[in-house]
Amino acid sequence: MHSLRNRWRRDRVLLLLALPGVTALLLFHYLPLGGNIIAFQDFQPFLGIWHSPYVGLDNFEPVLTGDPVFLNALVNTLIITLIQVVFVFPLPICLALILNATISERLKRLTQSILYMPHFLSWVIVVALFQQMFGNGGMLNGWLRSADLSTFHIVGVPELFKLMITSQVIWKDTGWSTIIFLAALSRVDPAQLEAAVVDGASALRRLWHVTLPSIRSVIVLLLILRLGDSLSVGFEQIILQQAQVGAGASEVLDTYVYNHGIVGGDWGTAAAVGLIKGIVGVALVLGANRAAHALGEQGVYTK
Amino acid sequence: MGEPSRLGIGARGLVLGLGCLAVVVPFWAVLMTSIASPEEISRAGGFVLWTREPTLDAYRAVLSGGIVTRALMVSTGITAVGTALSLVATIALAYALSRPGSLLHKPILLMTVFTLLFNPGIIPMYLTVKQLGLLDNYLALILPVLLNAFNVIVMRAFFLEIPRELLESAFMDGAGEIRILLRIVLPLSKAVVAVIGLFYAVAYWNAFFSAMLYLQSPEKWPLQLVLRTYVVNDTPIGSDQLSSNLENLPPQISVQMAILVISIVPILLIYPFIQKHFAKGLMVGAVKG
Repeated sequence: MHSLRNRWRRDRVLLLLALPGVTALLLFHYLPLGGNIIAFQDFQPFLGIWHSPYVGLDNFEPVLTGDPVFLNALVNTLIITLIQVVFVFPLPICLALILNATISERLKRLTQSILYMPHFLSWVIVVALFQQMFGNGGMLNGWLRSADLSTFHIVGVPELFKLMITSQVIWKDTGWSTIIFLAALSRVDPAQLEAAVVDGASALRRLWHVTLPSIRSVIVLLLILRLGDSLSVGFEQIILQQAQVGAGASEVLDTYVYNHGIVGGDWGTAAAVGLIKGIVGVALVLGANRAAHALGEQGVYTK
Repeated sequence: MGEPSRLGIGARGLVLGLGCLAVVVPFWAVLMTSIASPEEISRAGGFVLWTREPTLDAYRAVLSGGIVTRALMVSTGITAVGTALSLVATIALAYALSRPGSLLHKPILLMTVFTLLFNPGIIPMYLTVKQLGLLDNYLALILPVLLNAFNVIVMRAFFLEIPRELLESAFMDGAGEIRILLRIVLPLSKAVVAVIGLFYAVAYWNAFFSAMLYLQSPEKWPLQLVLRTYVVNDTPIGSDQLSSNLENLPPQISVQMAILVISIVPILLIYPFIQKHFAKGLMVGAVKG
């Protein structure tokens, strides 16, 4: 007990310093977790969390019975994740390899400065820029019209929506995402590359047998993080463009929760879907990490 | 390394060049259109890539009072206050966690890291903010995102790098924790403080959904919401919204592009500073996070 008192006297200033941050985390990360209880309630805003009646698993009905509106949101989410893992994920790796091979240091830095920039713009700005460039009244269509050529329609076309948001993600984040790969590439052992050259390995073989294996653990790590996030796809980005294409093409799990809960007032169902999404999300991260360990990689955390 | 082929260099140059054009051209078009004269805009039928008669009428129209001016002040205020509060809370917590073996060190560290793994969900967050009486209050845009655990971890990693002897000799001289933090630790950590401050600032400036969720009255809107309404959703913006006393309002598109430029410029201004510092900060995060 004595030592505890001593430690308190020694560390109380540290605890005082931690207090504001800890309070913020408790209030806005841990306390809201408890709010998920309304997934099991017929929540009425005027009754509040304490007095709303409990309804068991009623709110989970759309999920359990496969309600089409819910299924549409789930399927859209998974399709977008699939598209983005296949087409968006490898791009920064390719770009990093290109940048890494660029000999002029000044040129490299200039390109990096330009390509990283879009990452810092908000989704509102990115969506606005895309509309101004590609929209029906946008710049490209304006040129086509003034040249008496036929115009094209991509903004606001439901069938092209997933393509649209994928290009926006590519535009915004490909450059920025190279950073971590470039850092990994800078640690590739030059002696190994030279040895490979001496052995007569072509550029492609060097890439395949030396460069890529040495950045494999970073690739696996980022793939895990991406897969762990499978159920979250660009919420702000999508909610901004949903009105133009309708829910059929654009509803994803997060927008479902927002539209049913905050907009529609069906709090219980929205909270239930949000809760399931959160639990599956955590399970996905842990599962992907297990898989990485099984493959002999380090993963996000060590065993 | 082997002699790179000419074709390889050409292909790489082409990819990088096209990539840079894809970033620069939209900015350029938006900027030029915002300062082009109404005649040029009507002649071009919309966007202008070069203007011979530059005019600042569109900026005068949106910055002479009215909804855009107010939104600009709101965004600036939230960004300034939010960044200051976030930095103080982050530095304090990171410093408290940079002393392994101190009282409650493990639980607080775990509690911080754990928040990276889950997200409470939109509905519970909304209800919490409502329950705390923060709806329609600017604090709702700051307090829920006051602390980013990743930033705390990066900063803590930096603090842990500082040689222990330095701190211990200060203790011997009778300095308290706060004094050590302010006099020794912070001056040695300027780079990481700058980079994390800039990250917080960008996040506050860009916040859109939290404003849409928690602010009900349009007169409290930050810039991003104004942008969504009048540029993304193309809601007509006229003298009612601008309360401008210009005789002829500039063309709609110039006004829209001016709003867009105004919301991009602050990011462009601080971007070089982020550039200068981020590699260092991120590397530490990547290695230790």
